[in-house]
Amino acid sequence: MRNIIDVQNLVKRYNGFTAVDDLSFEVPPGEFFGLLGPNGAGKTTTIRTLYGFSPITDGRVMVFGRDIRRDWRAIKARIGVCQQDNTLDPDLSVEQNLLIFAGYFSIPVDEARRQAEELLDFFALTHKKNAKVMELSGGMARRLILARALINQPDLLILDEPTTGLDPQSRHQVWEKLDSLKERGLTVLMTTHYMEEAAQLCDRLVIVDHGKVLVNGTPAELIARHAGGSVIEIEGPDQALKDYIARHEVACDDLGRKLIIYTTEESELNAIIRERFCAARCTFRSSTLEDVFLRLTGRELRE
Amino acid sequence: MMETFNISWRFIKVWRRNLVTYQKIWKINFITPLLEPLLYILAFGLGFSGLVEEVEYAGRSLTYTQFIAPALIATAVMWNAFFETTYASFVRMYYQKTFDGMLATPLSLEEIILAEVVWSATKAFGAAAIMMIVLGVLGFIEFPSGLLILPMAFLGGMAMGAIGMFFTGITPTIDMFNLPIFLFITPMFLFSGTFFPVSNLPAWAQPMALAFPLYHMVELVRRFSLGSSQTHPAVCVAYLLLFALIFLVLAMRSMHKRLIN
Repeated sequence: MRNIIDVQNLVKRYNGFTAVDDLSFEVPPGEFFGLLGPNGAGKTTTIRTLYGFSPITDGRVMVFGRDIRRDWRAIKARIGVCQQDNTLDPDLSVEQNLLIFAGYFSIPVDEARRQAEELLDFFALTHKKNAKVMELSGGMARRLILARALINQPDLLILDEPTTGLDPQSRHQVWEKLDSLKERGLTVLMTTHYMEEAAQLCDRLVIVDHGKVLVNGTPAELIARHAGGSVIEIEGPDQALKDYIARHEVACDDLGRKLIIYTTEESELNAIIRERFCAARCTFRSSTLEDVFLRLTGRELRE
Repeated sequence: MMETFNISWRFIKVWRRNLVTYQKIWKINFITPLLEPLLYILAFGLGFSGLVEEVEYAGRSLTYTQFIAPALIATAVMWNAFFETTYASFVRMYYQKTFDGMLATPLSLEEIILAEVVWSATKAFGAAAIMMIVLGVLGFIEFPSGLLILPMAFLGGMAMGAIGMFFTGITPTIDMFNLPIFLFITPMFLFSGTFFPVSNLPAWAQPMALAFPLYHMVELVRRFSLGSSQTHPAVCVAYLLLFALIFLVLAMRSMHKRLIN
């Protein structure tokens, strides 16, 4: 089947800065796709070109098999976007936010009402229907943004950091809603800084940095390929261990006061370290997407 | 997509959004155009009548209140439209991110800008209508010609709203609107033949006054409420149309530069 999103050799430059540098990826129908990367990696810029907000410098962006440069209006009519900033209309009530937004898509009033009612119900906001947007909690506001992004019954949902700033309860509620949208077969493109979120929700993801794709795969594949499968964290490693590591060319990150060893659960290395070097303060755990992310993009601060 | 202007009737939806929000506060906004002309007429009628007996204008002798009554409508058009596309649009664009949200829908930036300017003209139109009734009842406006003030108010609102939107596109922070207000709006308010005829200005300053859109707005309102004016109404209409069109294009350019990168 044809890809919903097809980005080929995308380049985006503005004010002399190259935000996206020859980026390519595809998203097939029904996939929950993650676009991951540190701050300034070019995620939001990429997303903005997808819904026609930012003009592209070079390359090709096709959505639903159509060129964004030519068919932007038809494409935008079929996309739902949940932006990073709260762009809800504070002058309008919760329900009016949905109805007015439906107007921008030229959805007939009756249909918009029906759709708004359904979405408010789905996102557990019916009791807040007439509330002002200012009165909503962070979690409720985010759910309303999601509801608004779905008002046009989109074929593609774009989520730019959908759970940033939410408390754990609200975040889990958003995940649950996203999960059920995924089950309905909606194609989703999401950026996030939470690796746990990406690992849970995404069928496949790319990690980008400096405007380029570093890796592309399912969360499990990426973990197996780039972080072993098992991790040993050793606090205050001694010289004997460091020598052993250096001699045997073990995959690891030396953080000075902490040593992180990437291995596999059944390996000989795992057993040796467990017996010989783990007198105290050793943590054995499965490797995560966060390990992959940090290994690939480095640990130094970006801002 | 970005080089040509994309304008369709969809802009009406953005206009409607502003109308819906306005419906929540219209009762308060109603009071200003209702009371403002009364206050001015009272102040100038009572306070000024002793100082200024008659004003010579377009070959006629007018009382001072007769002279300024039409100008009150014209200046209300200016304030309403200009404030809407400067402060109010800036808040929507910058603080509320309303435009960002809209740009994720099939709307184009040009449609949003056009809708904001048309909305500012609508507010100007509403204020002018209320003032026209009040001043009409007080006997300062001749009818039915006075009804032509309404389309003129909309046109003038487009001109004032367009230049306001242009300033919104180039003004870095909301406090800096003081600059165009001090350098452009205030002199225009005072020297457009509003409170005294332009012919009272020194010869070198008169052509400058004629460049102000408010001058043409005042002329048009005077023509349709008194039956006489100095500049032919066709010239005034043409000037306001051209002014509105030029600044609408400049506003779209400046907003494009500001928001899209």
